[in-house]
Amino acid sequence: MSAATQLARRHRFRWWELLPWAAGIAVFFVFPNYLSFATQVLITILFALSLDLVLGYAGIVTLGHAAFFGAGAYTVGMMAMHWGWNEPISGLLAAALVAGAIGLASGLVLLRTHGLTLLMLTLCTMTLLEQAANMGAAWTGGFDGMPGLSFAKILGLFGFDALYFRSQYLYALAVLFLCFVIQRMLVYSSFGQSLTGIRENLLRMHAVGAPVRARQVLAYTVSAALAGVAGALFTQANGYVNLAVLGLERSAGVMIVLILGGYGRLYGAFVGATAYMVLEHVLAKAYPTAWQLGLGLTLVAVALFARNGIIGIVDSLRRRLAGSAR
Amino acid sequence: MLETKGLCRSFGALEVAREIDFRLERGARHALIGPNGAGKTTFVNLLTGVLPPSRGNVLLEGEDVTTFAQAKRVKRGIARTFQINQLFRGLTVQENVCIAVSERLGVGGSMLRPAGKRADVIEEASRLIGMLKLGEDAGRRIVELPYGRQRLVEIAIALGLNPRVLLLDEPAAGIPSAESYILLDAIATLPKDIAVLIIEHDMDLVFRFAKRITVLVSGAIFAEGTPTEIAANREVRSVYLGSALDA
Repeated sequence: MSAATQLARRHRFRWWELLPWAAGIAVFFVFPNYLSFATQVLITILFALSLDLVLGYAGIVTLGHAAFFGAGAYTVGMMAMHWGWNEPISGLLAAALVAGAIGLASGLVLLRTHGLTLLMLTLCTMTLLEQAANMGAAWTGGFDGMPGLSFAKILGLFGFDALYFRSQYLYALAVLFLCFVIQRMLVYSSFGQSLTGIRENLLRMHAVGAPVRARQVLAYTVSAALAGVAGALFTQANGYVNLAVLGLERSAGVMIVLILGGYGRLYGAFVGATAYMVLEHVLAKAYPTAWQLGLGLTLVAVALFARNGIIGIVDSLRRRLAGSAR
Repeated sequence: MLETKGLCRSFGALEVAREIDFRLERGARHALIGPNGAGKTTFVNLLTGVLPPSRGNVLLEGEDVTTFAQAKRVKRGIARTFQINQLFRGLTVQENVCIAVSERLGVGGSMLRPAGKRADVIEEASRLIGMLKLGEDAGRRIVELPYGRQRLVEIAIALGLNPRVLLLDEPAAGIPSAESYILLDAIATLPKDIAVLIIEHDMDLVFRFAKRITVLVSGAIFAEGTPTEIAANREVRSVYLGSALDA
């Protein structure tokens, strides 16, 4: 098959792309007692997916992505708490708008820099928001956050299930699917191709006449909006929001998830989030006092031997098999 | 077509471009030569907007583009290749050229339609890849290609921008001599109204290609003329060509 044909067909759906969604539906039936945990996995996948757009595709290194997750989480929390606006879907849209607006405003300033300066400024942005949430206790609940939030039925039909998380799980799965479709469309579009170009060689992208910074800011804004949706889902599914949604731990955690799964690969977020959270869950159960050691060793092994993450291992195996078949 | 007036650039006390008055006519086949450190690449950087000048102006078709950003100059028709390859190393040859063509056609920012459905982009990229005899490497990633083949991709990308002025910074560096004809063939097939400025150390290629040659020494124009005039210029021979022509 010629390179041109390969490129022309690259965006087409392949059969194996159904697997994550089939697995997602299977979990609902096979693990009914783990749907709370599985919902958190779905939210983490969406958060990691949003980070992948900037880190994996546009090559923007950030340690402050939790700023947007937190912005979305607090948006729906504050709407429900202060204005009684607890309709879930409009809440998600509002969270996307607020987080996207913060992404746009901060991106316009931050993306004039790069490297370590950019890394530090993204971290500062998140810390500023965290402190704002801490100090604005009248609106945000301060250190205690906003517990006991309740939300209206999804589409007026499905109530949030406080005990078994059935509705939350399916709702999160549906939202993840929609966001994934949007992101998939973006990464296979000419815009996505140009983001990859920016990641690969900034100098060359300038030299082909691309408006590099505008593209970066746009990607950053879309990514922030998607992270905001993930944060809003977190608040709606759990019925609370506190400062933990804005911390460095969340930012670093989602980056680890993406590196573990493989960044710039669309499905790295799925594999990374699932592997990381399941491993964390299993190790914490088996070794309550030393589970972080096991997790740390796994991450060291991935960093040393699988630079492209778990998906990278699968890719290289696939290439080897294809090579030996020829 | 492309002109500079009193173009200067300093880095502190070091003057790397000094009062350069240069003119590149429509359809020109012009070479810029000079010893290492003469300021040739700096001059290209000044023309393309990578570096702002300390003084002087750059004019394209009479329009002052001195303050234009690099991307805006590209849109006006100035394209370049780099002395050291600047490619999308993790992407295939096809993708590299498609990115350039997409930008030229103004669809690089399109978010809704898959890049694979841009038949016009893919066909144009394939045509350029074929023109530079890169067809069998089209599906290979840049990192898998020998350096000489990568140089040809540099040129394919620049041609993908459909330039009015094409600046080639040492395009033959790293291309085996036996393959330099591909480069000359590609240039020969360009529309006659495109102005081409080539910076090159390969004198054989320069004298085969250029209708006019400018010699740059220590950031200033030292001599300018036809290849015959330059070859006959004793001062040029002494500062640069030396044994290459004496031999």
